[in-house]
Amino acid sequence: MKQWIRQFMASGELFIWGCGAGLSLSLLMIGGLLALILMNGFGYFWPADLVELTLKDGKHVIGQLAGEEIGPKGIPRIRVKIGNRDLYGLDYRWINTDQITERVQPSDLVMVERREWGNFYGRLLTITKEDQPIAEGAEAVWQALPTLIRQAEGNEAESLYTVLVADANGREKSIGLSQVVRVLRPNDLSMWAKLWVYAGNVWMVLTTEPREANTEGGIFPAIFGTVMMVMIMSLIVTPFGVIGALYLREYARQGVIVRTVRIAVNNLAGVPSIVFGVFGLGFFVYGVGGTIDALFFSDRLPTPTFGTGGILWASLTLALLTVPVVIVATEEGLAAVPREYREGSIGLGATKWETIWKVVLPTALPGILTGLILAMARAAGEVAPLMLTGVVKLAPALPIDWTWPFLHLDRKFMHLGFHIYDVGFQSPNVEAAKPMVYVTTLVLILVVVALNLTGIVLRNRMRRKYAGSAV
Amino acid sequence: MLDQQYEVKSSVRTIPPPPAVSSLEIESMDYSDSTLQSQPGVSGKPKLRVEGFNFYYGPVQALFKVDMEIPEHQVTAFIGPSGCGKSTLLRCMNRLNDLIEGARHEGNILIDNMDIFNPLIDITDLRKRVGMVFQKSNPFPKSIHENVAYGPRLQGLKNRTVLEEIVERSLRGAGLWEEVKDRLNKSALGLSGGQQQRLCIARALAVKPDVLLMDEPCSALDPIATGIIEELLFSLKKELTVVIVTHNMQQAARVSDCTAFMYLGRLIEFGRTKQLFTNPSNKQTEDYITGRFG
Repeated sequence: MKQWIRQFMASGELFIWGCGAGLSLSLLMIGGLLALILMNGFGYFWPADLVELTLKDGKHVIGQLAGEEIGPKGIPRIRVKIGNRDLYGLDYRWINTDQITERVQPSDLVMVERREWGNFYGRLLTITKEDQPIAEGAEAVWQALPTLIRQAEGNEAESLYTVLVADANGREKSIGLSQVVRVLRPNDLSMWAKLWVYAGNVWMVLTTEPREANTEGGIFPAIFGTVMMVMIMSLIVTPFGVIGALYLREYARQGVIVRTVRIAVNNLAGVPSIVFGVFGLGFFVYGVGGTIDALFFSDRLPTPTFGTGGILWASLTLALLTVPVVIVATEEGLAAVPREYREGSIGLGATKWETIWKVVLPTALPGILTGLILAMARAAGEVAPLMLTGVVKLAPALPIDWTWPFLHLDRKFMHLGFHIYDVGFQSPNVEAAKPMVYVTTLVLILVVVALNLTGIVLRNRMRRKYAGSAV
Repeated sequence: MLDQQYEVKSSVRTIPPPPAVSSLEIESMDYSDSTLQSQPGVSGKPKLRVEGFNFYYGPVQALFKVDMEIPEHQVTAFIGPSGCGKSTLLRCMNRLNDLIEGARHEGNILIDNMDIFNPLIDITDLRKRVGMVFQKSNPFPKSIHENVAYGPRLQGLKNRTVLEEIVERSLRGAGLWEEVKDRLNKSALGLSGGQQQRLCIARALAVKPDVLLMDEPCSALDPIATGIIEELLFSLKKELTVVIVTHNMQQAARVSDCTAFMYLGRLIEFGRTKQLFTNPSNKQTEDYITGRFG
């Protein structure tokens, strides 16, 4: 037996199984997290059917089903998104299934998407223009609505038209048409029509600005801000990281000092990001920005121009945060360039700099890009330092627009990571905002994946170009 | 112009190189005069002259008082067991060993009577005059054209047609043109090992060197590729002086005009290849070439 255990340990079998189990566990957890985000994120866009429930007490409830579970006393219950925040105050309601006497899906139920107060679920009654009814009855109103909404879209100030709607229990509510984004009859939609609505919703979220304290509408400014911040950060971090690594690896005399510097650089990657944020605030925003203001924008003081958080300072702070990653990866890349290349180049009469510029750097480029990819992934997901250096919860003015000087590096910006925090934990109606958190998370993940894929494609192209592909 | 200056300098020079301390034995066994011109065997104008050369890697001495004169337009082979200093000596000839930290030397190496260690000379000029082909073929990860054009480009040559001419001439010189003329813009790393090594030769030829140093250029090649490169050497020596380090004694016997046998950092014997291989004057040389040690 003892012999058998010894042999088993020596064979490394245990080690292999341990490694496999650990890897599978982490993969499972990552997969689970991704699946959760994907399901909830993609589900958000789906125009789910509206159900009308009749309860034992004779009351009616209209809403979308949003999950079910076994309640505290072992009674199954369902969660219904009832909307109508202006009437009920809450977006969701739990209903025990034993309370339900009837469950139907009438096709005349409408979902009114509004600019305020979230969705309204109910029935259409009349359309009035300055108190004069111009369409009455659900069908007539339904027919007239699309054109009127399109008209109202242009001039939001004029709310001449009002639509009168009723909730499940007949409580009436009049909504100015300028407040209406669109009206849908989900129960009446075919599969294809729903897919069309789905695609429209996706497009809307990706391209429009947020509404209602970020819990509704799109997240375009946040996507734009994230991507632009990462781009600026890459432009800053690449030259600095590469120059730093070049000096450390190629020029500096390898000794105690260089070793110390290298350890310090590696440790820099472990400093909590909020510390970088505080440094960015103190050094970039107040120090550099304040000086720029005093020198060039003194006429606008005390209103700061650069002396307050902005996309440039945020990018610089994140560049500091990620420069160790680039330095380490570049050093690895430089070390991997065969000595033969250098000797071959120097043997042909090249100087050290010519050798580095024409042979060593191009060969190390895939390694450098790997570092940059890691840096971008890190930067895109970082929130804490941004909160101190320029991110705000709502900044519809993008850092790029058509007014001179087109690129406004001093502007504050929105960021997907901060958007998640803001919508999920700072919004007045957390429950209603939850789907938005999933959507934002999903988009953030997709943005990071897209940025990384760009880097990876670029790197593979470099590899193909500089490494031997036969024929 | 430069050459003339060297001529003048050489005529002024009256001090003969110091006599060899190590057993520099040449054909006629005339120890009193180690200059090759006086030797019936090793004839020809000397291109490279090594004078009392010591070399150290930090505290370790790698070369001991090496003296030799390498004749122009001939192939000179360095043979000897591993670690005997052949490669070190070769790499000193274009000062590649400068890259090694802690390396230092004593004595001189002269090319056309110009001291290569003279602080006034431009080291990149020297390396253009003395080309190098390495043991491991090391084409840059660029296209074939870019590899060959690398040296001329370094010298500031930008004209496309001139570059193309140089590339073609160099590739022809290295016997590679016919094989690669249709794929000049493909990666050089897609070539076979022998082709890569010839590309490295072409790359060295592109800067028009006077001397080509080859550090075991065939050690990683199969016999056919080796044969091609050996044939190449015969045509190359019309244009330039070749110094080749080799572990393969048959190769040294086949390709070289002169051979130097080195052992433990010392030059043991230097002479006409035929003479050295058929009738070595030194016991150690004889032992080595007959395979009794090394």
